[in-house]
Amino acid sequence: MSGRRKILFVTTDQQRYDTLGCNGGTVARTPVVDGLAAAGIRYERAHPQSVVCMPSRSTMLTGQHPTTHGVWMNGVPLPQDAPSVAAVLHDAGYRTALVGKAHFEPYLDPFLRFPENALGRVGTTPPGGAHRGFEHLEFATHNPVGPLHYSRWLLEQHPEAVGGFYPVLDGAMQVNALGGGETGAPQVKVNPIERDWYHTDWVADRTITWLQSLESDDDWFCWMSFPDPHHPWDPPESEMGRIDWRDVPLPVGYPERAAERERILDGKPRHWRLWYDGTLVSNYEAPADWVPATLTADQVREVNARNAVECELIDEALGRVLAAIEARGWGDDVDVLFTTDHGELQGDFGLLFKGPYHVDALMRLPLVWRPAPSAGRNPAVVTRPVGLVDLAPTFCAIAGLEPAGFMQGEALPTDDADADARGFDHVLTEWDSALFGVDVHVRTITVDGFVCSAYLPGAVHDGSEGELYDLGDDPLQQRNRWDDPAYRARRDELVAALWDAQPPARASRLRVEAPV
Amino acid sequence: MTTARGSVRSEVRLPVPADDVWALVGDPARLAEWFPGIASCTVEGDVRTVMTGSGLPMPERILTVDRLQRRFQYRITVPVFKEHTSTLDVHDLGDGTSLVVYSVDAEPSIMALVIGGAAGAALDNLRHVLKADDDGDR
Repeated sequence: MSGRRKILFVTTDQQRYDTLGCNGGTVARTPVVDGLAAAGIRYERAHPQSVVCMPSRSTMLTGQHPTTHGVWMNGVPLPQDAPSVAAVLHDAGYRTALVGKAHFEPYLDPFLRFPENALGRVGTTPPGGAHRGFEHLEFATHNPVGPLHYSRWLLEQHPEAVGGFYPVLDGAMQVNALGGGETGAPQVKVNPIERDWYHTDWVADRTITWLQSLESDDDWFCWMSFPDPHHPWDPPESEMGRIDWRDVPLPVGYPERAAERERILDGKPRHWRLWYDGTLVSNYEAPADWVPATLTADQVREVNARNAVECELIDEALGRVLAAIEARGWGDDVDVLFTTDHGELQGDFGLLFKGPYHVDALMRLPLVWRPAPSAGRNPAVVTRPVGLVDLAPTFCAIAGLEPAGFMQGEALPTDDADADARGFDHVLTEWDSALFGVDVHVRTITVDGFVCSAYLPGAVHDGSEGELYDLGDDPLQQRNRWDDPAYRARRDELVAALWDAQPPARASRLRVEAPV
Repeated sequence: MTTARGSVRSEVRLPVPADDVWALVGDPARLAEWFPGIASCTVEGDVRTVMTGSGLPMPERILTVDRLQRRFQYRITVPVFKEHTSTLDVHDLGDGTSLVVYSVDAEPSIMALVIGGAAGAALDNLRHVLKADDDGDR
């Protein structure tokens, strides 16, 4: 052994905080992640710096806020020369791999201009020996059709299974609004695929294969990135017997009465209600033809049931990878970090998917760090705010390296006392979208007990709007205190802190080059 | 406020005379020389057939080749487009530099971004192809 700790970085896509048993979830059984949390550090207030995939994933890789790395919305490719924690580790002698969903570059790319999309034809070793610091890359996403490794594998090995997936795009190449399952919920489909062929198990299988290719004394950093539980919700139907959607309780954030939902939405900036009514779309991953006001309670139940099955499959797949690591004799020397890129509305406020909505559904993330047992860390729960921007310096710290100068976060605290000593008192999240005449711009600060969002001028905002939630008496963020005189002083203080804390911006804004 | 039709416009200013830029971008057969991700390009009459890097054939109808205005227009004719027109204009700025504007209008709107996004990258690439990397503004 070299004596350096190895790193298994596990991400999912669009997973809520409350989908894990260790975070109070009651629908999905997640004993593997729960076990990591019990033995390690569980974070109760981990936030992304963006609530959509490409900006958030670029933050994980670069250790920078979106304003700085420049990927301000989906469709903006992370520059090829962007800094990368994987490159830092690779340069320090770590073997590096990314297996599963990357999404630093757009997917819809008929010209095959982006290396992520082109690599599937070449193999798993990028030209030049590494791409963004990864020497081994095997890509997958939810879509079974396309140039990525999983799609090519499925088409070659099990072509009959391709048609069983939900068609992500409709005939007009728009994000599909088609409903399915037993309730007609959008982006739901019965998928007859065998479990072993589904992308969750494929990602675990390919991760295990890569780990088995290493020498025993190699230091390694492996980013295992599951495409689920991001919509569409089409897990293998053979697994749906685990959870009957009829037994799934409605989320506490879902007001059953339409009048109550609409009253809550009307207390928020205009774009919330406009999307609910189907008159404004500002997130291009949500189906434009779907109107959230049509969502039924049973559809919420079915979506949550399918989402929970996907979470269980991820948990079991992770268990297999951990068993393989143990079998290699590495168990005591591997740090495992589990998180996701952003959350999912999943019925909260009567909405699904995501968008410029900075509330816990999208911002409060599962984050568990199980330090290598050989490090001798005590289990802990951290309640102070941390961000995905803190992951890259954490990887450096685990590897015994100083954080790179380009990184803007700090190594994650190991308990609240450590957090307080090192000033973990706020976390930032930002949203920008601008396409086809509609733009929305939001800046958010979360501190202990409050979430405060300020809006910049855009298509339906004049720049005076905002959201302020007192998590102490309103954990579901249903009562916007922005215009409440009793909260004026607190609001002004948080807005000042928000603008003071803004990270430096890139010199020039990067262009949106593709959808998603 | 959600529209089926989308419009995407990109532009680049080049320290190159407009006639020199037009000699390249105004020739439909030379597309692969400056537009990234084009595997091949053939022209027969007013039909240009582009093969993309992913192996997707993309037949186009050439609508306008106006050397006086330096305007090139084409329409992609694959069924996924309900409607499409792309317009490439090369403006002479009168000081030895030029402004190249690439406008894409399409329904469904997502296809305007697919083509328009790639067109923006193509304009960036013009700097390299015309060896104009060091000057000009975007």
